[in-house]
Amino acid sequence: MERHFEKDLEELKDRLVWMGSLAERAVHQSMQAVLDGEKEMANRVIEEEPAINELQIEVDERVVKLLATQQITAGDLRFAVAVSRINGDLERIGDQAVNIAQSALRILRHPRVKPYVDLPRMSEIAEEMVRDALNSLVRRDVELARNVLARDDVVDSLRNQIFRELLTYMMENSAVVFPAFELILVAKNLERIADHATNIAEDVIFMVAGRDVRHPALDRR
Amino acid sequence: MKAALGASPIRPPAPATKESSNPVAGLQTRLEVRTLNFFYGSKHALFDVSLIVPTNRVTALIGPSGCGKSTLLRTLNRMHETVKGARLEGEILLDGEDILSQDVTRLRRRIGMVFQRPNPFPKSIFDNIAYGLRVNGFRGSISEAVEKSLRRAALWEEVKDALHKSAYALSGGQQQRLCIARALAVDPEVLLLDEPCSALDPISTAKIEELLFAIKDNCTMVIVTHNMQQAARSSDFTAFMLEGKLVEYQGTEKLFTTPSDPRTEAYITGRFG
Amino acid sequence: MSAWAGSAHLKIRHGISYFMLGLAGLCALVVVGALFYILGYLMKNGGTSINLDFFTQLPKPVGETGGGMANAIVGSMKLLLLASLIGVPVGVIGGIYMAEFSGKISAFILQYTADLLNGVPSIVIGILAYTLVVLPMKHFSAIAGGFALGIMMIPITLRSTEEFLRGVPLALREGSMALGASKWRTIVSVVLPAAYRGILTAILLSLARVAGETAPLLFTALNNRYWSPGWNQPIASLPYMVWNYAISPYDDWHRQAWAAGLVLLAMVLLTNIVARVVLARGSNAMPR
Repeated sequence: MERHFEKDLEELKDRLVWMGSLAERAVHQSMQAVLDGEKEMANRVIEEEPAINELQIEVDERVVKLLATQQITAGDLRFAVAVSRINGDLERIGDQAVNIAQSALRILRHPRVKPYVDLPRMSEIAEEMVRDALNSLVRRDVELARNVLARDDVVDSLRNQIFRELLTYMMENSAVVFPAFELILVAKNLERIADHATNIAEDVIFMVAGRDVRHPALDRR
Repeated sequence: MKAALGASPIRPPAPATKESSNPVAGLQTRLEVRTLNFFYGSKHALFDVSLIVPTNRVTALIGPSGCGKSTLLRTLNRMHETVKGARLEGEILLDGEDILSQDVTRLRRRIGMVFQRPNPFPKSIFDNIAYGLRVNGFRGSISEAVEKSLRRAALWEEVKDALHKSAYALSGGQQQRLCIARALAVDPEVLLLDEPCSALDPISTAKIEELLFAIKDNCTMVIVTHNMQQAARSSDFTAFMLEGKLVEYQGTEKLFTTPSDPRTEAYITGRFG
Repeated sequence: MSAWAGSAHLKIRHGISYFMLGLAGLCALVVVGALFYILGYLMKNGGTSINLDFFTQLPKPVGETGGGMANAIVGSMKLLLLASLIGVPVGVIGGIYMAEFSGKISAFILQYTADLLNGVPSIVIGILAYTLVVLPMKHFSAIAGGFALGIMMIPITLRSTEEFLRGVPLALREGSMALGASKWRTIVSVVLPAAYRGILTAILLSLARVAGETAPLLFTALNNRYWSPGWNQPIASLPYMVWNYAISPYDDWHRQAWAAGLVLLAMVLLTNIVARVVLARGSNAMPR
């Protein structure tokens, strides 16, 4: 029997997915600003961030309304709880993208420090992780979500590599300290974005399978 | 994912429930209760109750046993007059007209009622629905009207081949839907429901809640329920009553997330009593 | 020491239970046995006289054997018809008033009065009918007899109608009134149909009850050894014939009296059974 609040559940998912697509785009555009030097991409990211924040409030309001009035249980409840958490992660991804954009504007005032090799790779993986995490939500695909979790280590090691390289540059040539430092910040932000993507994937696993995989060391099962 | 990313997010329309001073601001008023005081003989049962029931919305009355919610509901179609010694002070207006000065049988065609236990007449299913039509002198095709109201009550498919059978052959949930169809047959502007699901199992209850949701668009409803989850699920506005007084009246979402009165919060969270 | 009594106590409780069960069973047996004894006795003594003549022929003159009680059978039926014309409308409509319209005090008074009327000896009712009908008309008649029996029917139909109407759940009335029906319409279209089986049963039972009344007929309808066309003449009736023939000196008449008693009893029994069946079928369709 179809219940009238199923429409509300659908709309909630749609709003979240929309928010995800905005966050994804923000990450991509901010990295375009860093890697390709496109300044107006950075400005655009900063301008469009409030839209993500508004969505966060809207999604939270919808979740509260659903929980208060419909007494949803089982799968519906896990869905609402997962949405509520993913909401927060997406908003933080948006914030990280803004940070990257602001760093981009500062970097572009200086000549390029070195050819970018690891940064584009890291950016690509991070963006893929965000995209796949959102896809796993839409398709309710636990395997895809686990796959996202597996890639986090790669991002972490890339970040360490970039840190080491840039530190070396900074120590050898004090003139590049400002842009190099900003690049380190960009790498840090990308790593945080990947972490948020793994959070999203963990929430999807909770939603679909009912298992909380956030802190494996505490796994009591 | 890059296509069509230019549009900005749309917030759901803000329900007219933001201010607790007038939760129904901006909506058309169907029923208005003004400073209602109600007495059973010398016992004062309702104290200065004022309430606005908006058109084509579901308004729920909740509260503990004996709080006066059923009493209030029954004044709305003057059913209290069947009890000797019941006395009313104050005004009740339907579309702006005082209902206390109208002919009561004409009023009850416009304001219908569904009771707690299903009460079909000892007649066939068809005659049950046709009863209200015949009593009120309906001039159109009775069998069409019967079919229409059975469809509205989501019962047509189940009974269309057995209209001549006794209404008592139906299950409890079906009987209650029959009573709803019977009330709807005379095309009332308002439908009053007095704990319509309390005698039914959860699945029948869910079916009836979906039915109410479906007919909401052209029927104003007031529902009394002791099941506040049902009020939360099914209503647009909720009034919380206690000891004959109206304590709080809000949009349902707001009442169940951030009630203004601590007594409301105590009742809703189950910490009452 | 346990808080509960021992097994001896239990045995006593069982013993008392079985004893009372036996006693109750015995009483029931006595009642049923009495009925069958009467039936058997009547059949033994009157069964031989039940033949086609009994149902089709008029009584033969004194001294001649044979003949029947066709006029008495028809007479009893005519009297019952007249009785119903008085007893049923007054009883049913009065019952409607008492159940639906009267206040607490008037209801109490009416109930008490009806119960008193029920207890009035039938011969006193006969005197009443004699005074009100026979004297002004200056002769005995079926009308007077029907009048007397009708008065006797009234308390039974009245109280029964009232009881059955009160038994219709309030929910049905409210359902009707909430649809905009007036009180009278509710009574006619909803309450009466819901109670009609009970009312019908009550009418049948009261008919069965007055069918056997003899005393009031003694000086209202009297008797008639021939057919009584119309309603204005004295009319024969089965109870009267039983009395008349039983105290006569003729054996043949005695046998016919037994037969009349048997027929009367059979009619009453049949009416009772029909009434019970009607009521039982009705209760399956009543609301929970």
